[in-house]
Amino acid sequence: MAVTEERPDRLDPLRDRHTASEPPILARGLSHWFGEGEARKQVLYDIDLSVDRGSLTVLLGPSGSGKTTLLTLLGCLRNVQKGSVRLLGTELAGADERTLIRCRRRLGFIFQAHNLHDSLTALQNTLMGLGVHGPDVSGRHREAAIHMLGLVGLADRLDYLPSRLSGGQKQRVAVARALVGNPDVIFADEPTAALDRATGLQVVTLLKRLGRERGTSTLMVTHDNRILEMADRILSMDDGRIVDDQRVGPGDME
Amino acid sequence: MTELLARLFGRLPIGWLQLVHNPTRLAAALAGVAFANILILMQLGFLGALVGSIRLPYDQFNADILISSSDMNTLADSSPLPRQRMFEALAVPGVGRATPLYYGKIDWKQPDGSIRTLDAFGVDPQTRAFRTPAIDAMRDQIAISDLALIDRRTRNVPAAFFAAIDRGEIYQFEAKGRTLSVVGAFSIGGGFSADGYLVVSDQTFLKLFPQRAAGAPNHILVTLEPDARREDVIARLRQVLPAYDSIARTIDEAVAKDQAFQTTQRPIGIVFGFGIVIGVLVGMVIVYQVLATDVADHLREYATFKAIGYPQSFFLGIIFEEALILAILGFVPGLLIALLLYAAVAAATGLPLAMTVIRALAVLIGTIVMCTISGAIATRRLARADPAELF
Repeated sequence: MAVTEERPDRLDPLRDRHTASEPPILARGLSHWFGEGEARKQVLYDIDLSVDRGSLTVLLGPSGSGKTTLLTLLGCLRNVQKGSVRLLGTELAGADERTLIRCRRRLGFIFQAHNLHDSLTALQNTLMGLGVHGPDVSGRHREAAIHMLGLVGLADRLDYLPSRLSGGQKQRVAVARALVGNPDVIFADEPTAALDRATGLQVVTLLKRLGRERGTSTLMVTHDNRILEMADRILSMDDGRIVDDQRVGPGDME
Repeated sequence: MTELLARLFGRLPIGWLQLVHNPTRLAAALAGVAFANILILMQLGFLGALVGSIRLPYDQFNADILISSSDMNTLADSSPLPRQRMFEALAVPGVGRATPLYYGKIDWKQPDGSIRTLDAFGVDPQTRAFRTPAIDAMRDQIAISDLALIDRRTRNVPAAFFAAIDRGEIYQFEAKGRTLSVVGAFSIGGGFSADGYLVVSDQTFLKLFPQRAAGAPNHILVTLEPDARREDVIARLRQVLPAYDSIARTIDEAVAKDQAFQTTQRPIGIVFGFGIVIGVLVGMVIVYQVLATDVADHLREYATFKAIGYPQSFFLGIIFEEALILAILGFVPGLLIALLLYAAVAAATGLPLAMTVIRALAVLIGTIVMCTISGAIATRRLARADPAELF
């Protein structure tokens, strides 16, 4: 994959960015339970977490340690049961659905599975990351989507349906969809699992560059050692608690 | 098409793209909608033919008002009433003329042994009871006993028969133990209860139906004086005529009464109405199945869109977009096939089966509503698209 060296500000800043002085993600006393009655089980215990603007933070931990639950709570995909989560200056505890939806529009999600819409082309799937901000009246969405697909090395696959793309290419379209809206925070779950080494590194490099040049924060669940080397911070979780917090400094591969 | 819809909706036409992405499913869905449309249009066509065929004989009468027995349901289903009512009506200001109409059914046996059922009218040949020119022109001829005029649109009668009548040949057949001689033909057309019509004089009618009495016709045809207002005369007639055995209606009122009874009380009308309901249900089930399957197949994608920040209304828009497309695209072949079937059935039965613009538009709108309701039910599955489950 060849990441084009165009200026990132072509990524179309569609709206005001979060410029508040507080960290983009701030959790205090966050606890969470699944189930009800006797089956009720606590999966997160009193989590305190602050994520710096523009940082790449990696979440580590064994299966069932609570990483995914934490990610979904911080990403407005679940309701906060106990504690506080301030995301981009908005308190998520007790927030109504409209507030959560508004917050989500400032986030980017990269899932382990690409979840591309099978009847939309690569370009159309990427455009879905922008359509949430309103109709493409001036054609800027299309321009930004084409540019982003170019950044992930798919400029020659714009009109391909997912069925004609390889697993890695699909994942790159999913990355383009997550990033094209110029999100303030990116939540990623094993985003490089389907990518070869070179492509995986280039995707993470792109995320790092967004962090450095635009202040986009990335919170990522991964077990990929190559990414760990590039992380600014590594959080280890076990049994619903953050058991280790290492600030490892920039390991930029660029 | 995609570009057009994108401009129309102001967003990617995801519903359209989903539908065309699976051509087999789309074809099945369109076939289902078209089938439902054909079913509905045919039932409406039959219902329309029933309604139209009920009106046909009334339109032939040279009358403004029809006096019938108070228990009248249809032209055929009406007890005889005293002829005395005719004389009472003639005394009402505004009534110009009144004449009795006798009604009965006779079987016309064909040379091949098959039977044609005819609605027979007996009228006074001295009076202009029918406005139909062919009947009016020949009423002097039927004044002679056992002579009759016959409907040339009687179902399943060879054209050669009427050609012979037109050449002046006299055709004789046995009916009710008498020999009737057909001396002329007119054109009305059969309905659902008879294959055609027969017109004879009142005297011939009473010979054909000896149990009937001259003093008890089935209806009385009333025409108004030139300056008389129909509503005023009707009001006067209703004051004069005893309500326990007779009632005066305008021709349109009588037709409406007849049509209402046959479409809502008779099995045939109910069956057609039921057929329409079945057509709607079939269409709804098919469209629901297609849309619900489509939603189920794309739950993860929808959940992803939810995570991105698309509101519920966006997903409802996709489903309703699909419903609208299925409704419109399914309607077109349904309408075309129904038109062909209308022509085929009309040719085979002689029924007044014709498509009207209003009927086609009503079915199109009904189809859109039907598909929208199906889509609304299918959207319940959207609740299962939980973005938290994507991680």
